[in-house]
Amino acid sequence: MKRVAVQAGDFEVAAELAALEALGGGGVASFTGVVRGGGGLVALELEHYPAMTQAQVDRICDEAMTRWPLLGLSVIHRFGRLEPGARIVFVGTASRHRTAALESCAFLIDWLKSEAPFWKKEHFANGATGWVDARVEDEVKAKGWG
Amino acid sequence: MVALTIVYFAWVRERIGLDEEQVARPEMGATVADLMAALAARGGGYAEALGDATRLRAALDQRFVALDTVIGDARELALFPPVTGG
Repeated sequence: MKRVAVQAGDFEVAAELAALEALGGGGVASFTGVVRGGGGLVALELEHYPAMTQAQVDRICDEAMTRWPLLGLSVIHRFGRLEPGARIVFVGTASRHRTAALESCAFLIDWLKSEAPFWKKEHFANGATGWVDARVEDEVKAKGWG
Repeated sequence: MVALTIVYFAWVRERIGLDEEQVARPEMGATVADLMAALAARGGGYAEALGDATRLRAALDQRFVALDTVIGDARELALFPPVTGG
């Protein structure tokens, strides 16, 4: 099972996990990314490259499936305006054993950060806005998977 | 030869003031970096957006490429800052 969704709307983590649990493996791992508040942030605006995003996330998922023996995986990435506390991204993996589930989950979120065509813009309460800079550590992490 | 479509994202899009545009196809052998330099030479927002190639990334026909990649017969070039999703 491979589920890839790029969408404006929210998603139900419990439903996503249930679908992965139903695959009959022994382990399900997941990561949920949430808009971090503080510093006067009122919203994050996520822009993406519609013609490329779905295919690129799909390629990242295929890469994970060649590296680990997965029964299934789900990647959901939202775009548009999201307020603090809102879910941005979900990665879930199912395998017969925990190591494959946990490692592939970490791999997927690291690769999404540096290989999927999304850009975040911050909106602050005082009206200021700014594009989030890519973090060198994120690129190093993604490259660390080889 | 059909024109080349260029699409811009994030602050590159904002500084140039366009989501996308069509340009005459660059001469044979021209790279992404060559075209970026030619666009930056237009001045104004183009120079602000594309003047520093070290801050930019590119995709040809929806695949990430290095800036020294030859454009060839690609239909769509995308120019943008390093991605920040996840």
